[in-house]
Amino acid sequence: MSLQVLTYIVVGVSFVLYVGIAFATKARSTSEFYVAGRGINPVVNGMATAADWMSAASFISMAGMIAFLGYDGSVYLMGWTGGYVVLALLLAPYLRKFGRYTVPEFVGDRYGSQTARTVAVICLIVISFTYVIGQMRGVGIVFSRFLNVELVWGLITGMLIVWVYAVLGGMKGITYTQVAQYCVLIFAYTVPAVFIAFQLTGWLVPQVGFGASLNDGSGFLLDRLDQVVTDLGFTMYTDGSKAMIDVFFITVVLMLGTAGLPHVIVRFFTVKRVQDARISAGYALLFIALLYTAAPSVAALARWNLTETIQPGVVGTETGNLEYEQRPDWFKTWEKTGLVSFDDKNDDGRIQYYNDTNESFKDKAAEYGWEGNELTINRDIIVLANPEIAGLPDWVIALVAAGGIAAALSTAAGLLLVISAAISHDLIKSVFSRDISEKRELTASRITVTVAIICAGYVGFNPPDFVSQIVAYAFGLAASSLFPVILLGIFSVRMNKEGAVAGMLTGLIFTVTYILLFRGIIMEPLLPNTPEYWLFGISPEGIGAVGALLNFVVAITVSRLTPKPSEELVEMVEKMRVPN
Amino acid sequence: MKNPSYWKDNLKLVGILLSVWFVVSFVCGILLVDLLNHVRVGGFKLGFWFAQQGSIFVFVILVFVYAHLAKKLDRKHGVEEQ
Repeated sequence: MSLQVLTYIVVGVSFVLYVGIAFATKARSTSEFYVAGRGINPVVNGMATAADWMSAASFISMAGMIAFLGYDGSVYLMGWTGGYVVLALLLAPYLRKFGRYTVPEFVGDRYGSQTARTVAVICLIVISFTYVIGQMRGVGIVFSRFLNVELVWGLITGMLIVWVYAVLGGMKGITYTQVAQYCVLIFAYTVPAVFIAFQLTGWLVPQVGFGASLNDGSGFLLDRLDQVVTDLGFTMYTDGSKAMIDVFFITVVLMLGTAGLPHVIVRFFTVKRVQDARISAGYALLFIALLYTAAPSVAALARWNLTETIQPGVVGTETGNLEYEQRPDWFKTWEKTGLVSFDDKNDDGRIQYYNDTNESFKDKAAEYGWEGNELTINRDIIVLANPEIAGLPDWVIALVAAGGIAAALSTAAGLLLVISAAISHDLIKSVFSRDISEKRELTASRITVTVAIICAGYVGFNPPDFVSQIVAYAFGLAASSLFPVILLGIFSVRMNKEGAVAGMLTGLIFTVTYILLFRGIIMEPLLPNTPEYWLFGISPEGIGAVGALLNFVVAITVSRLTPKPSEELVEMVEKMRVPN
Repeated sequence: MKNPSYWKDNLKLVGILLSVWFVVSFVCGILLVDLLNHVRVGGFKLGFWFAQQGSIFVFVILVFVYAHLAKKLDRKHGVEEQ
């Protein structure tokens, strides 16, 4: 059976599974539609949260980013897991106790302000929509690369699948499909990781192989990696090139942003009790950690494998580099997609892969007769081509395709649900038509999900140039706008609506302005995006942490200068703080 | 305020656990990474290990420890759920 047919079968079976679950878990009330009737088992919710959280970026791109960034890639590892500690200890149990359907509803009710609720809706839509576009792209990429389907058909198929289970099942349907998707994606991620770890280090557990010695007896993986990459002019793998302050702030942003992402927060509204929310966060992080601790091992092993493939001999010798005609099959396959490309600058028929932007390496390169780096590699290759590089059987490759799609679809569904809930519950119901019946609200939310899916699909197909740039900043926006307001709503009784609105707007406006200043996005950047111009050396990726700090300072100051919150609100906060 | 001693104990618990969270990630993985990299554990430099693997292990443990201790605290103050 050809790989193509096999991939169709594996992906097709996974789709049948998702749709089958959708029909079995139809939502019959708004409570089931928004929060799965609050009856989800904590372990099940942990698994659903893990799938909800791990997106196309975690599955397809993260290991590749780490492989090429080395130590600097740690910001994603620590940031995207450490955020769960913040979420579990500071937000989840209290938000569950408060017992609402959406994040803007929490903000609106806690502060007794429709304005605060509406500002929260705006923040939520901006954050979630930029995020969902990335998922749609992910679905399209997997379809077009593994199944040879035109991008547009890939997107339409993905949209239809999400539509079926999101519209029918709402949060209830999404939860159980996410459980299935978690199983698919973790299996698809782990199998190649185990194989490649075993091949190179003799260990079956990738997390152990990461710190082990190589099978060829040349020494520890990380030591050898440091050596071979520095021989080619790259920064040492275990040593970063980013400034410490920037690494620090980016990690803060990714952590607080994770804790402030509405589609993650609402998952904790679906469990029965406060204690379940606490335990559930633990399981969520455990399930996430299975992938997040495998990723850095995959990254290091793949970088090693890649470097050894291209540079099998001694650096600088005439025959040290791989001959282009001798390139392995995976290289040929991925060349067709444009993700790997070769440009023989010195016409020697061999591939030179080195850091040609390193000034101190220039002389050496010239001495070797190298005239520039000849290999361009897209970072997504690391995960997508991993099974082929490791020479794994076809079914593993098919599995990786299904895993990538599962990761993208599960996150897209969670995002689309919070967007539609914000529109149907926080805008339509609370602003325009308060006495809407439950049945009509349910219909309204099904229509908004449909509209949101169509919009996301359309933008996924025609992404405005700035989209890919914005996605990276969704965390900064979440950290600087929603996170502080939610946290203060729980931990400061004195915090009032004036403080909350002023804080959210300050955080959001400051962060957006700083990003636009350096990245332009919708205009020409006003300043060069280099450390000399950055505020305290903090890049636009890390500035959300400063935005969050400003949000806290402004919110606290404004709240002290304006009237105290009413007795009822104070009582509400005090009730939220105790579990019973 | 309802049950002030419960809230005080709760803040203390969260504060202690969050300081561990801060130390394993921001201190060991970022601020002191160069210093800790002089220490080797098997094939890892210690600072790099905290940044790419150790901190994640500790995070998982922290959340479960929190869930356990918070439940005990609820019981001690008589505020646990039915």
